[in-house]
Amino acid sequence: MSLLEFTDKGIYCPRADVYIDPWRPVARALITHGHADHARPGHGAYLASEAAVPVIRHRLGDIPIEGIPFGETREIGGVVFSFHPAGHIPGSAQIRAEYKGEVWVFTGDYKTEPDGLSEAFELVRCDALITECTFGLPVFKWQAQAEVISEINGWWQQNAEGGLASVIGAYSLGKAQRVLVGIDPGIGPIYTHGAVEDTNEVLRAQGLALPETLRVTPEIKKEAFAGALVVAPPSALGSAWMRRLGPASTGFASGWMALRGVRRRRAADRGFVLSDHVDWTALNETIRSSGAERIYVTHGYTSIFRRWLESEGYDARIAETEYEGELLDDASGDKTGGQAGGEGASA
Amino acid sequence: MKDFAELFRRLDQTTKTNAKVAALADYFRAASDDDKMWTIALLSHRRPKRTVTTTVLREWAAEAAGIPLWLFEEAYPIVGDLAETIALVLPPKSANSEKTLTDWITVIKGLKDLDDAEKKRLVLDAWSGLDTTERFLFNKLITGGFRIGVSQKLMTRALAQATEIDENALAHRLMGDWTPDNTSFEQLVLSEDPRENLSRPYPFYLAYALEGELDALGAPADWCAEHKWDGIRGQAIVRGGELYVWSRGEELVTERFPELASLTDFLPDGTVIDGEILPWRDGRPLGFQTLQTRIGRKAVSKKLLSDAPVVLKAYDLLERSGDDFREQPFVERRSALENLVANNSAGGVLLLSPLVRFESWDDLARERDTARERGSEGLMLKRKDSPYRSGRRKGDWWKWKVDPFTIDAVMIYAQSGHGRRANLFTDLTFAVWRDDELVPFAKAYSGLTDAEFNELTRWVRRNTVERFGPVRSVKPEHVFEIAFEGIQKSTRHKSGVALRFPRIHRWRRDKTIHDANSLADLKALLPDEERPAD
Repeated sequence: MSLLEFTDKGIYCPRADVYIDPWRPVARALITHGHADHARPGHGAYLASEAAVPVIRHRLGDIPIEGIPFGETREIGGVVFSFHPAGHIPGSAQIRAEYKGEVWVFTGDYKTEPDGLSEAFELVRCDALITECTFGLPVFKWQAQAEVISEINGWWQQNAEGGLASVIGAYSLGKAQRVLVGIDPGIGPIYTHGAVEDTNEVLRAQGLALPETLRVTPEIKKEAFAGALVVAPPSALGSAWMRRLGPASTGFASGWMALRGVRRRRAADRGFVLSDHVDWTALNETIRSSGAERIYVTHGYTSIFRRWLESEGYDARIAETEYEGELLDDASGDKTGGQAGGEGASA
Repeated sequence: MKDFAELFRRLDQTTKTNAKVAALADYFRAASDDDKMWTIALLSHRRPKRTVTTTVLREWAAEAAGIPLWLFEEAYPIVGDLAETIALVLPPKSANSEKTLTDWITVIKGLKDLDDAEKKRLVLDAWSGLDTTERFLFNKLITGGFRIGVSQKLMTRALAQATEIDENALAHRLMGDWTPDNTSFEQLVLSEDPRENLSRPYPFYLAYALEGELDALGAPADWCAEHKWDGIRGQAIVRGGELYVWSRGEELVTERFPELASLTDFLPDGTVIDGEILPWRDGRPLGFQTLQTRIGRKAVSKKLLSDAPVVLKAYDLLERSGDDFREQPFVERRSALENLVANNSAGGVLLLSPLVRFESWDDLARERDTARERGSEGLMLKRKDSPYRSGRRKGDWWKWKVDPFTIDAVMIYAQSGHGRRANLFTDLTFAVWRDDELVPFAKAYSGLTDAEFNELTRWVRRNTVERFGPVRSVKPEHVFEIAFEGIQKSTRHKSGVALRFPRIHRWRRDKTIHDANSLADLKALLPDEERPAD
């Protein structure tokens, strides 16, 4: 019996009878993080990292959920599970499973570059690694976060001088806060869309230090937004909601912005290449350093990336899952793609 | 190259026309004359010849990136652009090049006579000294296909702002058969005598499709109408005893249409006619498939000349006796054109596009209904007092095409697009029923909104049955109304028919695949003489 298996409900540990990030309702679920394609409603019991619990509750409501600190172990059916920071968003975890000395790790979504907000990614050595490969192509190589943030500052500054609002599309959980902690609040006031501000409140209550933000409400006059930065979910860009902000320049922060075709299709004025997932270089580096000999790749360019790993000498396989990574279809990086529990639910 | 890259970034970072024009105008004010000339040339489809094959560029890029070639080839369709794929996979730059746009073009042109090893050395050297954007542009220069979302019209407007020369005068100066190698900025742009180049055409006046009702155009008496012929829009120029034929794409095509050579014998010097080059026999146009045989064919055989003979259907007179005639009202130009053509028909190759007589808009609507019979695409409406303008404009001219044919069809294959549409399944193949089999009959790429293509792309991912390279066969589930302009019998197509300009008219979510049309329904739309006897 394999320690972890891939089923049509999710990643399954038969020995412990638990699922990891299942996409169909199950009795017992271990959850890596609060994004809608990983944390879904309807399970009998949830276990997550302590730091991920407030957001998961915020999104899924009153569910039977328990949180444990990073690194603490929990034995279920003889299998020892633990959660380790994935660096993807605040509270996001990789899940480690050990049985009789055999170690498996599921990365969930992850990035290795510290973002000043999420708990820094921890490298977990293992025998078998289940890794996402959302950006598993050699064309995806991120600039340092500081450089991207400085581009955003420059754009905001320039718009402010021209009396424009700067509206940046960033996923309301994770990306939005990452932009908020990075940017220079000296340039002007910072407003947030309701979906972003709701998440901010949850994270602030958890002790995360975010700069002062103002919620966009219908009473605020258009003039107030001139020179301001407005952080909104990508789905708000170009929507009727934008009209209340007056003349604005739009920006969009996503790893997909590395591709000019996607950038142009998105029709925002500016694209900022900022992803919550590992790029090609970090993905390969993580796999190498994990010590794993068997690699399962999931959500992303799986068939190409698997072939690459094989050519590098790994035993690499594809794990079919329903995780969506940073969504390409609407290039929003937002998990609104028609799912319950996305922006719609929290907006 | 840095200032050109900065221009590109500014152009690429905005979707607003004014911002693009401002970026270009700033660039034109600051750049050297040589760089300006190359920028104008690049933005008006005049590129240096390709001196390195894309095959070796891919190999060199993969090698420099330390990845296998197959991995590069897999990434390319996802990025959707070769120049960009190369720019992205390469390692960060290790040097800093200060070469200008013109310098790089000189390097690229110089590659022509070098052996592969030397070419490779120079290209790798270029890559290592350029940042990602500069590399992308360098690769664009080397591979051709330089499209950066700026039309020639916008470029001309920006140049007009920067030089304070009238935009229309500039548009005229920039036409014709020049390259930065055979003229200078001073000569081409700043020189005041545009007539020095005898071959130079006028910018074409293009019409938009009619919006709304005919009544909104005012009194029928203020308008002329004629049929809209479906050939190659062109300008025939007779100056200095020579004939020059230009296509709308600003290509000099004189040699391709030897039938028109006799125009020099019949038309007075200093004549420019706007018309349609059209395969024609026995008083009507030959089908669009016949036209296809003449497009792009540079060597014209005797057989081709007898199978697909062309005429020039004259629409308008732009130059008379050497004078620019475009500011005259349409009726004046038209009457001068009629006199010219009535006096001769150049051995049968110069024909008037006749005006349609009508008293009321209803008359005109009835005339439009005869368009298919006459082999035209519909009608052109021209205001009697309108001058001949430059480029696509609203107001004085409108095209009023016949309603397209439509058929309900099932999507059976999908392939992702290129460039802006890479990663979206936009190249779709449609089928109709023959008994209980779905027979593909058309491919279409356009007609859905981005949101609909997004939705369809998600669906295709989840409903792929089989993959054939980049093409996926999908579960037959979605029905689309396909519109097209014409249909002819074809032995080259499995369905036995070829369509003209097929596109998606709408997504018929209300229909199931069993509601889609049959091949017999499709064949019933063939012109009478081509309809199968059944």
